[in-house]
Amino acid sequence: MDFGTEKTALDAKIVTTIGNPNTGKSTLFNRLTGLRQQVSNFPGVTVEYAKGRLALEEFDLQIIDVPGTYSLTAQSPDEIVAVDVLQGAVPEIPLPDAVIIVIDSTNLRRNLFLCTQVLEAGIPAVIALNMTDSLPALGIEINYPTLEEILGIPLIPVSASTGDGIADLKTAVVNTLRKPTPNRDLAICPDIDKAIEQLLSLFAKHQVSSIEMRRAFIDKDGLADERLTGRLGEPYSQLRDELRSRLGKGRSISAIEARDRYSWINAALKKVQSVQDPNKNKAVEILDRVLNQPLIGSLIFVLTMGAVFQAVFAWASPLIELINLGVAALSQASSDYLGDGLISSFVSNGFISGVGSVIVFLPQILILFIFIIILEDTGYMSRAAFLMDRVMRGMGLSGQAFIPMLSSFACAVPGIMGTRIMADRHDRLATILAAPFMTCSARLPVYSLLIGTFIPNTHIFGGFIYLQGLTLLFLYLLGIVGGGITALIVSLLFWKREKSTFLLEMPPYRLPKLSNVAIKLYGRAVVFLKRAGTIIFSVAVLVWVLASFPMGNGTKTEMPPSISQSYLGQMSKAVHPLFAPLGWDWKVTAAVIASFPAREVVIAALATIYAVDLSSDGKATPLSEKIKNAMHENGTKVYTIPMVLGLLVFYALCLQCMATVAVIRKETETWRWPIISWVYMTALGYGGAFLVYQVGTAMA
Amino acid sequence: MNTTLAKMHVGQTGEISGFHESNRTVENLLQMGLTEGSAIEILRLAPSGDPIECRVSGYSLSMRKADAELVIVTI
Repeated sequence: MDFGTEKTALDAKIVTTIGNPNTGKSTLFNRLTGLRQQVSNFPGVTVEYAKGRLALEEFDLQIIDVPGTYSLTAQSPDEIVAVDVLQGAVPEIPLPDAVIIVIDSTNLRRNLFLCTQVLEAGIPAVIALNMTDSLPALGIEINYPTLEEILGIPLIPVSASTGDGIADLKTAVVNTLRKPTPNRDLAICPDIDKAIEQLLSLFAKHQVSSIEMRRAFIDKDGLADERLTGRLGEPYSQLRDELRSRLGKGRSISAIEARDRYSWINAALKKVQSVQDPNKNKAVEILDRVLNQPLIGSLIFVLTMGAVFQAVFAWASPLIELINLGVAALSQASSDYLGDGLISSFVSNGFISGVGSVIVFLPQILILFIFIIILEDTGYMSRAAFLMDRVMRGMGLSGQAFIPMLSSFACAVPGIMGTRIMADRHDRLATILAAPFMTCSARLPVYSLLIGTFIPNTHIFGGFIYLQGLTLLFLYLLGIVGGGITALIVSLLFWKREKSTFLLEMPPYRLPKLSNVAIKLYGRAVVFLKRAGTIIFSVAVLVWVLASFPMGNGTKTEMPPSISQSYLGQMSKAVHPLFAPLGWDWKVTAAVIASFPAREVVIAALATIYAVDLSSDGKATPLSEKIKNAMHENGTKVYTIPMVLGLLVFYALCLQCMATVAVIRKETETWRWPIISWVYMTALGYGGAFLVYQVGTAMA
Repeated sequence: MNTTLAKMHVGQTGEISGFHESNRTVENLLQMGLTEGSAIEILRLAPSGDPIECRVSGYSLSMRKADAELVIVTI
């Protein structure tokens, strides 16, 4: 038997899944592909999509999951990607052979809006009518055969969460691929159809797809319109404007399309759907009422967020300690095994600690991701955005910015990637620039070392509050205020060709599915490790190189040099005068400079500097003892309270994270914003540290 | 009687009869199913009274009062 030839005999086909947000589309996608999927970026745009494989009969299917969208309006990045996929205009993704349109059957009217738009793209399609198991409780009855007859394509009732109907859906997909039938002309907006035909025939030789022309004509100044104007020039824009004004008579074509489409849908629904008084689920109704009662709702919100933070910090810290211990033991073991010398130093101090500095983030980030995914899947995240809209508006943002901001408390990288759900460009930019101020998990080791070592653990206010805890709280607030002011500045600068809006669906509460949470968690962890992990690891190795070369001329030629002669030491001595007004000596300067690409590296750098430095006592004392006793050349202590507070403020405000810089570059598609952000935050950090040190020293 | 969506109180129902302006926000509302003739009900307000959440076209949608001000409702 030859499995190889059997495999190559499979017929490769592309299938896309498309649908509204909150339709269970990703659950269905996970049902179809399981773990054989990967998350990628659409080339050129900052929209992520999942891609998975499924072998089905004689076909080898590549399934592309397009981001959830309400319409093909082609204004937000998500929508233009959906249009591009449907016309085969995305590089690397050929025109789909079939589309699976996922519809929430409990919300047929609004879902049919996108569905009928997609059918006009002319690609063979199958409808997965999801959540049919919830229909009886809602008192909704749908006549499936009539709906199938009206739409003219196969319609399969499924429940993605239980798996019912998935086999039928697969069969329908296979049948459609074997014998593709053209979609019926639904004649929803005949006048618009005619205008589009006219435009298409005039520009026939330019090979414009009908779906692109349709979206360009309907969505005035949308992305499709801009692109076609650029490509076809004056003749296009003239005829387009003429047709628009003849058809619209002053009204917008987009509004006409929406009204025509909904009256077509209303007429269709009269034939297929009947709604009785729902058998209301008492428990859900009471829960909903309690959760939404303003006072209790706010209280529950605060408690939920408190629980998330408690979990992220309390549950993660034993795991982090475990990882640190493991890395230290491994590094010790490898250095014992390999002995002294360059290779040994590279393996234990460069490679192992480099890997360690990446995986040490995983506990906090995974725990935070688990909570965010669960909050999203239950539908609570939309409620949180609803509750927070007013507060976020004070910073010039909308409630939708809340989720990215929350993620940024673990790491700004997923936070900034999470801004993709935001349609408004300026809101999104403001959120991206504010996100790096949130106290991320990379700042915590720095805070805990400095606070734990230098801030006295005295109780104030009658013993209820610790001075150490208060300092940490202050640093968190400093980040939030810094981010808020930054967002406010951005929204004032771009004030405001269009006011930002907040239009958000509140999905019903749903029980999250464990396997779904696991698959999403896996996907996000992989993306984080790829994006941030590679950079953090390279930085750790780079720091080792700079601290270990040039090699000393001592008796053992393979020994690393003393830190003050290394490249790192030379560099920091050169720039040290710049940082002297902050109360830093050249060693602190060296550690801070080493941590510019990744701030948590400062711990390892300090450890390297104080351990490797032969002028110190060289005994195995903990890092906190060493920095406590560090002296300036004139014999005064380096780490005074004003200097430590200044250093903390510096770490709170400064953008010492290459991964964040890289992700801002990627998401804003220009170098301008990462550079502005870096200069701005570094200046703030320096200014803050200068102020605190100088004022503190003068007062002391 | 005509009023706007923003002026309705919690629990009140009505029927959308038009819009005060014709802009992108209104186009978005139309695409989300807020067409003339649709029934609409105010479900709740955020603690500060803004945004509001309403039930329309078989689902729940939240929006800011400034946008709800554009929606004319017959009650």
